[in-house]
Amino acid sequence: MAHETWPNDPPTLGTSVVRIADSTDIVTARQRGRELAGQIGFNGSDLTVIATAISELARNIVEYAKSGEIILALTHRGSRNGIQIVARDQGPGIADVAKAVQAGFSTGNGLGLGLPGVRRLMDDFEIASVVGKGTSVTARKWIP
Amino acid sequence: MRVPILKQGGILIASIQSALSDEDLLQLRDDLVQQVGKYRSRGAIVDVTVLDVMDSFAVRTLRAIAHMIRLRGADTVIVGIQPEVAFAMVQLGLTLGDVATALDLEEGLAFLGRTPKTGPSHGP
Repeated sequence: MAHETWPNDPPTLGTSVVRIADSTDIVTARQRGRELAGQIGFNGSDLTVIATAISELARNIVEYAKSGEIILALTHRGSRNGIQIVARDQGPGIADVAKAVQAGFSTGNGLGLGLPGVRRLMDDFEIASVVGKGTSVTARKWIP
Repeated sequence: MRVPILKQGGILIASIQSALSDEDLLQLRDDLVQQVGKYRSRGAIVDVTVLDVMDSFAVRTLRAIAHMIRLRGADTVIVGIQPEVAFAMVQLGLTLGDVATALDLEEGLAFLGRTPKTGPSHGP
């Protein structure tokens, strides 16, 4: 599904796309994300948090949609720099998005920690999903 | 990449060398559970020092490894969880449950050394 763009979305640059089709792509995506985050000035636990969030989002794609992509980009809001992660797929979509981002809810064999966990790890979290069309999750983290 | 498993006395040491895919983790699980029987080991240590990410799958698989080895009659200790990884795990709500952990390999060996093997105890 097409990535939804809202007028208030912060601008992005330095986009890097990682195709996600199997579990080795999960490792590639999180390593690419960690590199990018390091380059723009994140450090320590933030790098791990960002890589972990990417891992969970990529895992959702492999588990529920079979394939999709992770799009990593630099972004800024005012004078603050950050990283934007978009995870999108053309999978089955999520019928009840509000429920899917609540802690403890999972439709698959996960632990119900995927989306709520990513939401806790990152600063911004948006999700758009259409049943039968796919899902797009956008998450951002700002350099403290 | 297959995780090398060393045998030291009655202890198996799985020393993770690089980032692992899901398949690598499942292979490690199968190898350890099998080798505990093959070498009649009383304990296993999984050293995760080099892992910079432990996501839900990794944590779930480590828990499964420890429980399966427990069912085979041996103990497992996870060693070397980095501070940033611990931070991300807590944020994500991931727990290792009742799985034993230790700071590093040395502490893991000490832990297994003082844990008596399940079975008849020998008195003083």
